Amino acid sequence: MTAAVDLRGVTKSFGAHRVLDDVDLELAEGTVTVVLGPSGSGKSTLLRTINHLEKIDRGQVRVNGTLIGYRRVGDRLHELPERDILRQRSRIGFVFQQFNLFPHLTVLENVVEAPVSAQHRKRSEVEVEARTLLERVGLADKAAAYPRQLSGGQQQRVAIARALALQPDVILFDEPTSALDPELVGEVLAVIKELARDGATLVVVTHEVGFAREVADTVVFLDGGRVVEQGPPEQVIDHPTHERTRAFLDRVL
Amino acid sequence: MPSLSTVRRSAPPTTTASPSSSAPPAAEPTRPPAASISATSAASEPAAHSVPLSGGGAVLTVVPRRNRWTWVGVAGVGLLVAMFVNGLVTNPGWDWPTFGRYFATETVVRALGTTIQLTVLGTVAGFALGLVLAAMRLSSNAFLRTVAWAYIWAFRSIPLIVQLLFWFNIAYLYQTISVGVPFGPSFASVETNDLLGALGAAVLGLALHQAAYAAEIIRGGILSVDEGQREAASALGIPRRRQLTRIVLPQAMRSILPNAANEVISLFKGTSIVSVLAIPELFYQVQVIYGRNSRVVPLLLVATVWYIILTTLLSIGQYYVERHFARGSARSLPPTPLQRLRARWAGIATQAARRPEAVGR
Ligand SMILES: Nc1ncnc2c1ncn2[C@@H]1O[C@H](COP(=O)(O)OP(=O)(O)OP(=O)(O)O)[C@@H](O)[C@H]1O
Ligand SMILES: [Mg+2]
Repeated sequence: MTAAVDLRGVTKSFGAHRVLDDVDLELAEGTVTVVLGPSGSGKSTLLRTINHLEKIDRGQVRVNGTLIGYRRVGDRLHELPERDILRQRSRIGFVFQQFNLFPHLTVLENVVEAPVSAQHRKRSEVEVEARTLLERVGLADKAAAYPRQLSGGQQQRVAIARALALQPDVILFDEPTSALDPELVGEVLAVIKELARDGATLVVVTHEVGFAREVADTVVFLDGGRVVEQGPPEQVIDHPTHERTRAFLDRVL
Repeated sequence: MPSLSTVRRSAPPTTTASPSSSAPPAAEPTRPPAASISATSAASEPAAHSVPLSGGGAVLTVVPRRNRWTWVGVAGVGLLVAMFVNGLVTNPGWDWPTFGRYFATETVVRALGTTIQLTVLGTVAGFALGLVLAAMRLSSNAFLRTVAWAYIWAFRSIPLIVQLLFWFNIAYLYQTISVGVPFGPSFASVETNDLLGALGAAVLGLALHQAAYAAEIIRGGILSVDEGQREAASALGIPRRRQLTRIVLPQAMRSILPNAANEVISLFKGTSIVSVLAIPELFYQVQVIYGRNSRVVPLLLVATVWYIILTTLLSIGQYYVERHFARGSARSLPPTPLQRLRARWAGIATQAARRPEAVGR
């Protein structure tokens, strides 16, 4: 079986600063992967390379076997035209720390936009589906509201529904609860947990170690752009073998 | 709090008309607030502008703060306005009968039509080209960026009147215009003067001039939209053009519109420059008329009043268009003046309906 997400030797620098250093990761379909690591360790950059929001210098990224962002000719990779990259992205959900909902569109319009314009599906069909999704994240009554009329937790749940509407192969979350008040974190994590139960493939960057322990199949610990340690949560979180992992966990726990 | 709201206890209806600004801020410092709250009864008629608040089970009436100096200012400015209006009415120099005779004559109205036509064409073509230029300036291609920058630099540097005269005399440089292969054979050619009459030259000049300014306004608007919006649209796989038209531009419109409205209004008045090309637009036409009858002031007044009327209509249009693009920007939009008027009217009506009942008590 091909892995849902497959990273081989991914390397990325900003100027002289190497942010990702030869990262290998293989995530099976239907699994939840939580990425932990100190600030500046390259977690966001790693996530953004998976849907080519960030170009890589070396290595390759595959989602369900498809090479992302490039076409292989011999042993060279040529960057794809933007429209092809956009098409690939519409199969990869991304949930931002700052939600990034479209403030001038209603909640329903936010969810419906991409399936219609990126996947050319019928609007009426997508709308029915979008309402079901909003119900699933507990916001059936907010379809006509504008994002600024919602709380942070509600906005992030809309953002999750918006990502789900594309029926993605994998959903990437970049610190989905970091911009939220503590009492709103739970409602967003609950939605993510339910997606995990339903067998979606998820990659979650978070500082919520409790969530990682409860939901993750695999925990990846990143430091200085390298994967220091990876494995099931009871191993990485409870019995870390590396000094740096231990030091990080001591600080956040 | 006591300085902001004056608690009125069973006040007689006569005092409601004039809010007593001389009342000491803290009405009854010795009494606990709860006691004074309960004193407000339904019998005391709230003034039209006051909002009843319910607190602690009883109703508190809020009286907005008034500034004495505002009233002094109002009186001073009011006096000046009255003097000006008096001059307008009584000074025979304005010659209102002549104004009345020419205001809506056929030649003036037709000239006004030409002015509007120039404005509309200049705006539409100018902003269409401006959008293209803005996109070029934001492009990742250095050549496109440079060309757009140079265009804007050139057309902002040349005075509009010089540019107009240049287009008017273009036939002096190019007698015919040909369609064909660049540097190769041509398939068809026309006389420049047939293709580009005076009106054509005017529209071209206005549009090219407008485009340079429109480009900068649009570019500024696009830059004002949060980068996260483009990134989210891009992460969702929304096609490039759709990102611009559906996500970025509607949000950019909020900062584009006030500046664009300024541009349209100044273009509308700027069409008077076109009179140098002897095009019968509004300003040219009144000049022709006062050249004949030498009644300069009332005819300038005719043009002025038309410019004011149309600018007013444009401003009203601007208000509603801006409101449309403000969707979702605030938790709820403020009411339009019309809605406010209606609400106030409804308020007066219900108060009037309630009055006999209050008297009967
Ligand atoms: N566009 C950029 N240009 C230059 N440097 C960048 C850019 N984006 C990220 N970096 C640098 O790359 C490093 C990794 O950034 P990244 O955002 O991936 O960290 P992170 O692990 O997500 O941190 P955090 O937990 O604070 O979100 C940081 O040192 C950052 O300064
Ligand atoms: Mg980050």
